[in-house]
Amino acid sequence: MKEIRIHARAGQGAITTAALLGTAAFIGGKYALAFPHFGAERMGAPMNAFVRLSDQVIRLRSQVYEPDYLIVLDPSLMRGFDVFEGFRPGGVAIINHHEKVQCPKPIQNIKVFTVPGNDIATEVLGRPIGNTTILGAFAAATNEFGLESLQQAILERFSGEVAKKNAEAARRGYEYIKERCLR
Amino acid sequence: MRQYLEGSHAVAQIVRLCKAQVISAYPITPQTHIVESLAQMVADGELNAEFINVESEHSAASVVQGASATGVRTYTATTSQGLLYMIEVLYSIAGLRLPVILTCANRAVSSPINIWNDHQDSVTARDAGWLQFYAENNQEACDLHLMAYRLAEDHNIMLPVMVCMDGYILTHAYEVVDLPEQSQVDKFLPDFKPVHCLNPDEPISMGVLMGPESYTETRYAIHQTMMDALNVIPGIADEFEQVFGRKVNCLIEKYRLEDATQVFVAMGSMVGTIKEVIDGLREDGQKVGLLKIIAHRPFPKKIVYEALKNAREIAVLEKAVSLGEEGPLFSDVKSAFCGHGNQPKISGFVLGLGGRDITKKSILEVQDTLAGAQVDVKFIDLKI
Amino acid sequence: MIIPVTSKPRTSKANKTGTWRSGKKPHFIQKECIACRLCVMVCPEGCISGDKKCTYISDYKYCKGCGNCVAVCPVADIEMVKEEWWRETIS
Repeated sequence: MKEIRIHARAGQGAITTAALLGTAAFIGGKYALAFPHFGAERMGAPMNAFVRLSDQVIRLRSQVYEPDYLIVLDPSLMRGFDVFEGFRPGGVAIINHHEKVQCPKPIQNIKVFTVPGNDIATEVLGRPIGNTTILGAFAAATNEFGLESLQQAILERFSGEVAKKNAEAARRGYEYIKERCLR
Repeated sequence: MRQYLEGSHAVAQIVRLCKAQVISAYPITPQTHIVESLAQMVADGELNAEFINVESEHSAASVVQGASATGVRTYTATTSQGLLYMIEVLYSIAGLRLPVILTCANRAVSSPINIWNDHQDSVTARDAGWLQFYAENNQEACDLHLMAYRLAEDHNIMLPVMVCMDGYILTHAYEVVDLPEQSQVDKFLPDFKPVHCLNPDEPISMGVLMGPESYTETRYAIHQTMMDALNVIPGIADEFEQVFGRKVNCLIEKYRLEDATQVFVAMGSMVGTIKEVIDGLREDGQKVGLLKIIAHRPFPKKIVYEALKNAREIAVLEKAVSLGEEGPLFSDVKSAFCGHGNQPKISGFVLGLGGRDITKKSILEVQDTLAGAQVDVKFIDLKI
Repeated sequence: MIIPVTSKPRTSKANKTGTWRSGKKPHFIQKECIACRLCVMVCPEGCISGDKKCTYISDYKYCKGCGNCVAVCPVADIEMVKEEWWRETIS
């Protein structure tokens, strides 16, 4: 079973991100559990979404404390807060940022990818909403599901032009990782 | 068909498939997604129902009470403060023997204000005459709603049913759920035929004044019905399996209980986490098991006793406490042993209040404490 | 044993809502300012202070970057600017 922790602010689409991640895994034949955990009920409040992926039915309901994968949708969350808490050795982190990020602690065999998701999204979608781009990067960096599964999940979730553009943003995120010869 | 969707939306789909005709609910986190989904379906013409907007939960319950009394299938959903606000109506609905279905998206009660999950709301209503079921996961939540309509409208029962699912943990969780086809639901759930109903052509009054000379028998009748329901439920669960092709546990579920000397007893989503812990302990050679309680009311006392009688140590874990005494489920489990010769150690644990996360460590803390002296109330993960 | 479920007034001072800003903050140009004090009145945090003309400024420890002050200033003397958060500190 793989555990994923997503760091975001309320209103940035972390739940949609988790849902799309789970849907992509489901389309790829896995079981997935995705759920949010809120702090204050206001826009901009730091919050988490969690996802578990497995070949078997998922029964564990607690939050994720030792993630295999980390997704940070808003880099300002790293200000005075350790998003890498509990990060497992061998884990993969995707940070939505245009400046390189390093994990403050030495953890064995981790890979930290910094992807300018909001910049790519601004090009493709016209808005700096980098979730789908980051999900494309996640697919490429972890191989938990293919780009096709992710795009199908996106096309099911959204409709019309929004769906097509988000599917394209996902592809751009995917290629961003692939081009940098990682995996 | 297997789908990947949010728990709330899955339940809304089931309510649609069950063809509820009058829906009235007041929004309250974390139930909102269920009723928003149903309102959207009614607006889009996917569900042929009256969606009645009201200004409070008390009114929502009153609307479904009145509608059910006219012989239509109804639905409402609430939680926490909303449940407490409508509670006098809940007693009334049961007293009138109306088969109303209510989803409780379990949430803590104020004060202080807390919108996260625990079971204090629904256990507060356990004396009202409603059948109460607790879902471990969203598949079970869906299946229990299907069972709920079938049971409630059965002429041998004719009582309202509350399906409890943990707020956020289940309502807001995306999971794989097998949703049935309309034809299957139609086969399992026939049209609602009321025993009594308000009908201008054959007028009656419902809920009349009944003094000391007659009130007791009405309460006796509800109690007896709930006892009878324990016998009716398994047969209907078999019908469910035949129609939908999967088993539904409606009273209890036994997990690795056969040779278990230490047993955890619990309701709701924490059961999933406990099962994970048990598998780990079993790999270490420890003889541990779990008894999942699904029906809290009626409490399947005899079945619980039979399942637990060979255990040496029993830990009852719950997300509620009857302040000043002990956990309600703990009281119920202890009562199952009353009158029998054997008395294993039964200890009571309170955890997960106000949404405090229940982790594998929490369950191990329970196991550690269980090994010591018997306790009635031990708060787990306490920060004092 | 009583665990208080109360809070006293003025405790909001400890809550540095400046950390809520993400990406933009108001820049007080202090050139055309007429000291009308509309910005002071409209700020949801009450963190704008000033006295004479062109002395008005947000306390960035609390400013949430909502832009109300920019919207109401009758002489357009306040503008929202991008904030490079990783180069500034919130003291």
